Amino acid sequence: MTEPMVRAQRVRKQFGALEVLKGIDLQVDRGEVMCLIGPSGSGKSTFLRCINHLERLTGGRLYVDGELVGYHQRGDKLHEMHPRDAARQRRDIGMVFQRFNLFPHKTALGNIIEAPMKVQRQKRNVAVQRGKQLLERVGMAEKADAYPAQLSGGQQQRVAIARALAMNPKLMLFDEPTSALDPELVGEVLDVMRQLAQDGMTMIVVTHEMGFAREVADSLVFMDDGVVVEAGHPREVLANPQHQRTRAFLSKVL
Amino acid sequence: MRIRQHDGPAVAEVGDSPDLVDPEDIHAVPLRRPGRVLAAVIVVVLLALFVYGAATNSAYDWQTVGKYLFDQRVSQAAFITLLLTAYAMTGAIILGVVLAVMRLSPNPVLRWVSWLFLWVFRGTPVYVQLVFWGLISTIYQHLDLGVPFVHQFAHIRTSSFFSYFWLAVIGLTLNEAAYMAEIVRAGITSVDEGQQEAAVALGMSWSQTMGRIVLPQAMRVIIPPTGNELISMLKTTSLVTAVPYSFELYSRTRDLAIETFNPIPLLLVASAWYLLFTSILMVAQFYLERYFARGASRTMSARQLQALAAAQGVPGAHPFGGEQR
Repeated sequence: MTEPMVRAQRVRKQFGALEVLKGIDLQVDRGEVMCLIGPSGSGKSTFLRCINHLERLTGGRLYVDGELVGYHQRGDKLHEMHPRDAARQRRDIGMVFQRFNLFPHKTALGNIIEAPMKVQRQKRNVAVQRGKQLLERVGMAEKADAYPAQLSGGQQQRVAIARALAMNPKLMLFDEPTSALDPELVGEVLDVMRQLAQDGMTMIVVTHEMGFAREVADSLVFMDDGVVVEAGHPREVLANPQHQRTRAFLSKVL
Repeated sequence: MRIRQHDGPAVAEVGDSPDLVDPEDIHAVPLRRPGRVLAAVIVVVLLALFVYGAATNSAYDWQTVGKYLFDQRVSQAAFITLLLTAYAMTGAIILGVVLAVMRLSPNPVLRWVSWLFLWVFRGTPVYVQLVFWGLISTIYQHLDLGVPFVHQFAHIRTSSFFSYFWLAVIGLTLNEAAYMAEIVRAGITSVDEGQQEAAVALGMSWSQTMGRIVLPQAMRVIIPPTGNELISMLKTTSLVTAVPYSFELYSRTRDLAIETFNPIPLLLVASAWYLLFTSILMVAQFYLERYFARGASRTMSARQLQALAAAQGVPGAHPFGGEQR
């Protein structure tokens, strides 16, 4: 059996006295698209941020592509990782944020080529060529020279996806990518994500788009109060939830 | 208002007969503003009276002003003022950025050192600091480089090593750096947290994130008060007489005034030079602000608007088309 892309074992995260994740066990295989749903405050986003070590785990273990995230294990002791090594791990994990977080002082293309040039030390013309291909792929080729403030939310999010893809990630994390968008702009972003899933990208998507989850996801995980309440095939979970809490949540959002 | 269905899309109807509304550009009669005109007249009259008074008042002694305005001693002093300002401000900006980044760094030692610096150099008057720097060779007669109490490789006599000019630069720099640090820190904290997060998620290091993403955006907030500080520094150089260093603009014109027993025209000479320099700085600040504001607003440049209009197929928006009627 090959190593899964993401393996979470008893993952716990505490902010001061507040325990946000209370022991998450999950596994995401290569090429799998997993949707995480749940009420706000259930820990979905925190879990996503733990995967690329934007948050530091309090307990448990998290592996990406077989490698422990954020720590070195020597014998039975964990050693804090040097920020340089943590940065190296993050390179291979793309992340898309709810509020896009594009760099406002750079054009769409400038946003995309920044990390390839500075982190991967690519030549400018190589990065530009690839950046243009990526803009083409998300349908934004004609907006290469526009600044983020001149783009609609949907366009900004598509550029943000292209920016993450520019690092050739093996895993993509989406943190409520359509929640900040006007309803008529949601579709264009989901289309890009659907295409990405078809191309075989491993994706973890925190979302409230049940239609997307049903159509595109291979697995659906319902989280509440820092634990995984229910997980399974999206159609089954959505059509026939086993737990009372899942049923209560779905009745509100569907 | 009600909605009437045309052949095309729904159109909001305003007034009784929409068919009579002219779709041409609006050429409205501008609003009259008599108050503004009146205020302008008053200001112009007052200004004219002042200029007339100044021209005929013998105390100003314009002949002497003209004589000394481009006097070599004065223009040299003006140049030295510029040098002092440039050195002190360059040093202060660099040190200020370092101090601000230290203050926000995850390293507690750096944070504490930065705080201590700020506490001392912002907490005492610059005049007092300049006097202290002038007395440095009295306070510390030698500088020893090496392992304390064990072995010294270098032995420097402070009085021969530092000229008053450089003591003045050091004094101005350290004081100004404390203020610059706070300005830079305010700029950095004004940048949305998500920016740092996005950069880190792309695998950028802390220094790359600061240098490439956070600081350039902070510049928009940092530049206006820095321009202020620069102009203020230009004038603060007149305090270096406390060191005592007396070859810059104010001290030099004051010395000339003492020689000629005629202080007022030489004050005017000094003011004219200070004003000239601050005016140049204001122009430079305008362009700097515009450069760092790029991407900050939804307003598009003329070039971008033209490209969009061309894409829409608007005649006259073509780069070579000119306006068509």
